[in-house]
Amino acid sequence: MTALIEIERLTKRFGAFTAVDDVTFSVARGEVLGFLGPNGAGKSTTMRMLAGFMTPTSGTARICGEDVVDRPVPAKRHLGFLPEGAPTYPEMTVTGFLQFCGRARGFHGSALGDRVAHAMAMTQLEGVRLQPVETLSKGFKRRVGLAAALLHDPAVLVLDEPTDGLDPNQKHEVRNLILSMAPTKAIVISTHILEEVAAVCTRAVVIARGRVVADATPAELAAKGPSMDAVFRALTMPESEAA
Amino acid sequence: MGGMVTVFRRELAGYFATPVAYVFIVIFLVMAGALTFTLGNFFARGQADLQPFFTFVPWLFLFLVPALTMRLWAEERRLGTIELLLTLPLAQWEAVVGKFLAAWAFCAIALALTFPLVITVNLLGNPDNGVILTGYLGCLMVAGAFLAVGAAISALTKNQVIAFVLAVAACFFLTAAGSPVVTEFLSQRIPQLADLARAISITERLGGFTRGVISARDVVFFASFMAFFLFANTIAIDQRKAD
Repeated sequence: MTALIEIERLTKRFGAFTAVDDVTFSVARGEVLGFLGPNGAGKSTTMRMLAGFMTPTSGTARICGEDVVDRPVPAKRHLGFLPEGAPTYPEMTVTGFLQFCGRARGFHGSALGDRVAHAMAMTQLEGVRLQPVETLSKGFKRRVGLAAALLHDPAVLVLDEPTDGLDPNQKHEVRNLILSMAPTKAIVISTHILEEVAAVCTRAVVIARGRVVADATPAELAAKGPSMDAVFRALTMPESEAA
Repeated sequence: MGGMVTVFRRELAGYFATPVAYVFIVIFLVMAGALTFTLGNFFARGQADLQPFFTFVPWLFLFLVPALTMRLWAEERRLGTIELLLTLPLAQWEAVVGKFLAAWAFCAIALALTFPLVITVNLLGNPDNGVILTGYLGCLMVAGAFLAVGAAISALTKNQVIAFVLAVAACFFLTAAGSPVVTEFLSQRIPQLADLARAISITERLGGFTRGVISARDVVFFASFMAFFLFANTIAIDQRKAD
């Protein structure tokens, strides 16, 4: 099994503050990696570096063997990225926005139409296809962002809090969607919802204060303590507070 | 190149999807017309040309163009869409140039809509339409120069007000440097600076175009001016995209 995502000794400093400190992991095809940690632990920063949006202070990140710093465009072709908060252009319609993303990825004509239709079908957006994004509810906006990330059927999916703001039914649907795609892709999802890890992830990486504190299957992680919550707290709280 | 065209299309459509386009064009046309016929003494001059109009265009662009450019990158930062745009498989210059060309095309549309002025002078007399054409070309060059400066400034800040004020100041500097008040003041006191002020002045360069002269020096000046600030814009985005 070859790793589609390879992160080696990735570090990001902002002035004196180290947001991500020497993070190393890799994700192979068929794996769904849950990237766990409290708010401010460095999850989004790591994902932004992996997506080529932030430049690492040191270390490397590769997507399908392409270095995100040295060969950004080829690396980004293999990547579907849902940024934190699922940003979209508010004045565009759902179809217009997805067509823009498709064109930027080199699709034209009927291929573009098919891609957009397929992405909207997977995320159940057909009902709002001609609505401007700004008129949609939070759940729909998130699904628009998800559709944009899935549009080109990428080998690597990096989703920053994909189910944040969704209702329980929508969360269930998104998790099923992730599970259905899992066998053919390498997927990283960041979350602070522990049940999500047990539901969809094959592996969990826990990060706290910029450092990886655990890398195990959800079952192994749960076995370390009385409950997943307790394990999470023990791993991520500073020693002084954990007691 | 494909990515640049995609960004260009989205941006240009974006102007017309919001009230920005209509407010900009209406205010520009009203003010251009009003200034030409009142302060410009259009009728009293007794000459069938568009000299008065061309004199006022830089002063109108001075605050209207920064109103366009202030949102170019600042808005992307505020909405978080910069993260989406820059993780699409586009080179960064494609996003920068695509945005610039869309704003430039938009200014060209606004300028083209002043065509009733051309009809008016043709009905009233026998103007040299070649001179009018080069005058318009000069105005387009001024718009391009202001846009390039404004876009680069917008790339440096998240705050649209700061982007606007700094861009107005920069454009004012470029416009006023060649005005008689400044050059006379400088030539009496610091003659060396007077030549420099004339050399960087946008109005001085526009003067050639409005007299019907397209000199290689002026074209090279505008082209290199725009190229420099687009380059600076690309660097600024690369360095500060995640801030």
